[in-house]
Amino acid sequence: MRVARRLILTGNDATAEAMRQIDPDVVTCFPITPQTELMHKFAEHVADGDVKTEFVLVESEHSAMSAAVGAAAAGARAMTATSANGLALMWEIVYIAASYRLPIVMPVVNRALSGPINIHCDHSDTMGCRDTGWIQLYSENAQEVYDNILQAVRIAEHPDVLLPVMVTFDGFILSHTAEILEGLEDAEARNWIGNYEAKYSLLNTDDPVTFGPLDLQDYYFEHKRQEIEGMWHAPTVIREIGRAYGELSGRPYDLFEAYRLEDAELAVVALGSTCGTTKVVVDELRDQGTKAGLLKIRSFRPFPEAEIAEALGNAKAIGVLDRSVSFGAPGGPVHKEIKAALYGTGREIGIVNYIYGLGGRDMSMDNIKTAFAGLEKVAREGTPDDNIRFLGLRGEGGV
Amino acid sequence: MPGLKQLAEREELMAGGHRACAGCLPMTAMRQILLTAGKDTVSGCSTGCVEVVTTIYPFTAWRNPFIHSAFENSAATMSGVEAAYRSLRRQGRVDKDINFIAMGGDGGTYDIGLQSLSGAMERGHNMLYICYDNEAYMNTGIQRSSGTPKGTATSTTPAGKVIPGKKEFPKPLTEIMIAHRIPYVAQATPGYPKDLSDKVEKALSIEGPGFMNILAPCTRGWRYPMEESMDIARLAVDTCFWPVFEVEHGSLRVTRKPKDKRPVSEWLERQGRFAHLFKDKNRHIIDEIQEETDRNWEWLLKREELSQA
Amino acid sequence: MKERGWTEIPIGGIIEDAGNAATYETGSWRTYRPIWDSEACIDCLRCWVACPDSSIELADGKIAGIDYDHCKGCGICSFECPVDPKAIQMKLETDVAKK
Repeated sequence: MRVARRLILTGNDATAEAMRQIDPDVVTCFPITPQTELMHKFAEHVADGDVKTEFVLVESEHSAMSAAVGAAAAGARAMTATSANGLALMWEIVYIAASYRLPIVMPVVNRALSGPINIHCDHSDTMGCRDTGWIQLYSENAQEVYDNILQAVRIAEHPDVLLPVMVTFDGFILSHTAEILEGLEDAEARNWIGNYEAKYSLLNTDDPVTFGPLDLQDYYFEHKRQEIEGMWHAPTVIREIGRAYGELSGRPYDLFEAYRLEDAELAVVALGSTCGTTKVVVDELRDQGTKAGLLKIRSFRPFPEAEIAEALGNAKAIGVLDRSVSFGAPGGPVHKEIKAALYGTGREIGIVNYIYGLGGRDMSMDNIKTAFAGLEKVAREGTPDDNIRFLGLRGEGGV
Repeated sequence: MPGLKQLAEREELMAGGHRACAGCLPMTAMRQILLTAGKDTVSGCSTGCVEVVTTIYPFTAWRNPFIHSAFENSAATMSGVEAAYRSLRRQGRVDKDINFIAMGGDGGTYDIGLQSLSGAMERGHNMLYICYDNEAYMNTGIQRSSGTPKGTATSTTPAGKVIPGKKEFPKPLTEIMIAHRIPYVAQATPGYPKDLSDKVEKALSIEGPGFMNILAPCTRGWRYPMEESMDIARLAVDTCFWPVFEVEHGSLRVTRKPKDKRPVSEWLERQGRFAHLFKDKNRHIIDEIQEETDRNWEWLLKREELSQA
Repeated sequence: MKERGWTEIPIGGIIEDAGNAATYETGSWRTYRPIWDSEACIDCLRCWVACPDSSIELADGKIAGIDYDHCKGCGICSFECPVDPKAIQMKLETDVAKK
């Protein structure tokens, strides 16, 4: 029988622990709250000689991603980590990393984007770059942060995929809260991660290649289509790796998790730490006889629309929780995807979008109960006119 | 240090067939740099003329490994390549000596890439950064950069009825890099190939970061006949407008002192971008440029003297 | 060059064939053609080291000719030639073509 290696770690420390075990060739880093402690911990591993990593302490996030691109193009396993404004500053190079097909893994500790400046959790940072060509895995708790990072390396480097991966987790809520989790033994983790041999390396001067040419009307489109193909392969690869990781750790992973969803009439869709709170609410409601359920999205990119549409099959009303805003759009980013996934299924399901938790506004069990309570009416009457609601907002329109 | 005959025996690493303008001296600089550095060199370039003309997909003119990423991050990108090399070499996964050369134009170096350059140099990466300075954003259509000389007519500082071209003297980038106290800093120009080649070779032989600022005339942006590119480059040195010198571990040496220092107006009058300065109402700007040139030159000679004392 | 489909090219915009720009001809840009006189040439290499287009051909470290597939006719080589009269003379392409 497997003896678990029990750890008590914050989300940041769990990340640093996973990174210690991955032992990347190059890690680039620039500090930003709430990512900082993650890198403090990893810096200790570097200083103590626990890793062979070349630790590059750059002067900005833009350079952090640029140096990670350079390192990955030189055949190194490269990582960096950031939050919010840091991610925004590296934006340009985030696209470039994906389009050069460099399997960089980047934990992103979710934080609200300025302005006004705010250091607390929402998903405006990573939702903003959902179309950059990166795979995005959202995490519910520190255990998932750790597990996702170990899987992300394999997913990114898979020859059918070769795309960078963001592992996201909620700032402060997960990054700074200690939880009990299980870790792999070092040898297991090393064996799981394996060695990485890049197909192209700048250091191979005997077989030189050019990275990053000027790609105009005649080939840019073809390169984008290749990138789409990599993303299209990703769901299969994420599932395969999630299953294999389950065999190793006892914790299998899929693209999303259906929690008491099978016969659910009222379904909430969410991602991140709110899913943990929602599960407790679902249990309470079930005890009271309400058929409530949760669909927790792990892989937002790629977005497994067909599977999600099927999983929501029995719902009469769906409440989509969005911790970010898509200004001027019909609802938040998750809401739009869910609506798109259900389009054409021939099912008339009432859908309400709950925008919540912006700038770290607390998401309590009562808030989630309010959402479910609203869904009961939607189940009876269909999608209402006020289908975009603001959970926990003071003043007009707040619920 | 290689002379022309030794360079001629080396491998030509820049293929013809790139799409630079006829008479492009930055491309001459690239050839001279690569001939000196050799095939075991990873080069990179910021977005700009050289990157664009050498890598129009599916063609590349680089016979050595090359990477371009964006405009402002040539130094940061190469610092990542160099970090990967250090890591993999330490692990025994790479075993040869490799040179790392990041490049950028004056726009990518003086302006948008200055932070990334400063960071990479401060971190001590074993790499050489070369700015090919053609004194404006040529790739986007000759807009002023902070490296553009005072009085220059560019697309964004045209010689108008009220404002006669760029108002400011250029940012002293080479001085800024000297102030980083890195092991090697130099100015050169492809107009004097041996001087340039010697400096590239020396920079690569010294452990740690190096920086070179290379004046590389642009026939289109500077508006002179294309066959005169090398001559225009030499005249910039011979007027002391662009002194060629090096600072090795803090010790400054002027590598070429004109026997007959020419007035800067001789350099200016050969270029259409300065034509308006020769109108009576603007001639005072030529005087100002001459004064600034003299001041810089004298100060350089004094520092050389101090270095040798 | 035949334009290839998306399954036929390396991913990520990588160019595997280093230096393949040499297969792209820029010689047609030329208005003036440099004509090299091997008798007059003193092999000082000044033209070679100045050429932006790697178009002065060498053999055993000496000038061997001009690569007209890539030479754009800028005339730097002729300008740099220290011999009097010059060992590289620029002639109008249309005049050369007539002969």
